[in-house]
Amino acid sequence: MSIPADLKYTKTHEWARLEADGHVSVGITHHAQELLGDMVFVENPTVGRNLAAGEECAVVESVKAASDVYAPIAGEVTAANGSLESAPESINKDPYAAWMFKLKPSNSAELDGLMNATSYAAHVESEAH
Amino acid sequence: MLKQTPLNAKHHEANAKLVDFSGWEMPIHYGSQIEEHHIVRRDAGMFDVSHMLPVDIKGEGVRPFLRRLVANNVDKLQTTGRALYTCMLHEGGGVVDDLIVYFMSESWFRLVVNAGCADKDLAWMDEQREKLAPNLVITPRRDLAMIAIQGPNAASKLWAALPGTRDLAAAMKPFHAVVVGEMFVARTGYTGEDGFEVMLPNKAAPFFWQALLEAGVKPCGLGARDTLRLEAGMNLYGQDMDEGVTPFDAGLAWTVDVSGERDFIGKDALLRLPRNRQLVGLKLLDRGVLRAHQAVFTPQGEGEITSGSFSPTLNVSIALARVPVGIDVGDTIEVDIRGKRLKAAVVKYPFVRNGRALV
Repeated sequence: MSIPADLKYTKTHEWARLEADGHVSVGITHHAQELLGDMVFVENPTVGRNLAAGEECAVVESVKAASDVYAPIAGEVTAANGSLESAPESINKDPYAAWMFKLKPSNSAELDGLMNATSYAAHVESEAH
Repeated sequence: MLKQTPLNAKHHEANAKLVDFSGWEMPIHYGSQIEEHHIVRRDAGMFDVSHMLPVDIKGEGVRPFLRRLVANNVDKLQTTGRALYTCMLHEGGGVVDDLIVYFMSESWFRLVVNAGCADKDLAWMDEQREKLAPNLVITPRRDLAMIAIQGPNAASKLWAALPGTRDLAAAMKPFHAVVVGEMFVARTGYTGEDGFEVMLPNKAAPFFWQALLEAGVKPCGLGARDTLRLEAGMNLYGQDMDEGVTPFDAGLAWTVDVSGERDFIGKDALLRLPRNRQLVGLKLLDRGVLRAHQAVFTPQGEGEITSGSFSPTLNVSIALARVPVGIDVGDTIEVDIRGKRLKAAVVKYPFVRNGRALV
């Protein structure tokens, strides 16, 4: 299972990456896409929407099931990845390149409250049992 | 503890993702459900369907027993090996199970029933046998495995895997079965493509599976089987029908023969009950995915999606839905998808047949 060391993670299987411009990219983890299977539909939040940490804000659907995506931290949506609408399978191919949306954090210190790769690996392990 | 088919080790070898399916540990996919779907539409794939149960009914007078037991008329079966799709009903007209009946001789018919219904079916059939034909012998064939080889190249790859069967495969008519040594080979399936369902002794199954692999037949999981059958407009027991609905409510009127004097179990109820529901095909016009149990809103009243998914062949979401009568092909209705009302077109199904989009 792939869990890059430079990202932050949530219990609900989102990843968050602090970009050089201070914005945070969000996607779903390798483990999440593996559980869901082939992606066929992505619905992203609209740009400009203000999200609270943990707020339900996007949907990914595979052939098998629909799954909610939650905001890892609070912030304003500054971009949504439109290419996923026509190519949702990019999430299966490279989940860490296939970012879904970007946030301008209300408080970037909130990132410190998320899990690092080691804790996330342990979390995935604990859910398997 | 989940039950395992004789091919379980082959699935592990192939890195299948295994899930609990009606108490059986079965492959849902071997990597990508959508790729497996396309393989069956374009080439040839194989499914382990050994969880399904062949049941042999033997003795004097099987035909009269089946005339009463199932809703379709087994008198349509006149040539050896001919198959018939039918529902088995209870007295109230609800569907106990759907199954295929093969006519092998006047003293041997073979039924193939769903895994999830197998125990219930056997109990029901035995109850009827005791009342109607105590001399008959009903034998569940758990000693047999079943492999479905499906797709436009299924015939050529089957004879590549079984040398000497080229003429046989070419001569077999759709919806017929033949016995070849220890194998029961039927030209039937659940995908809307040409193909075969082969029943054979459990011990022989892994060798046959390996021969098919070497002939270039790709293993496909039950995930692809579900999207393939949905595109082909074929019902799934437990979703599109169950004991609470009649074949008429489930788009299966074509499998029920109420003509003539024949009195089958459930016939009285079918003739008496109002026919106010129907099964229709839906094609989503907005973005999203139709799923079972979503509510459907029509000018004639509410309905419900019974099976829904993304169609890999059509690249759009499709569904079967139970709606009030009066709704017709060409109408636009609404579906509640995660709290939003999205538009869907009522379309004729099957959606796809023999690799070709029909809607």
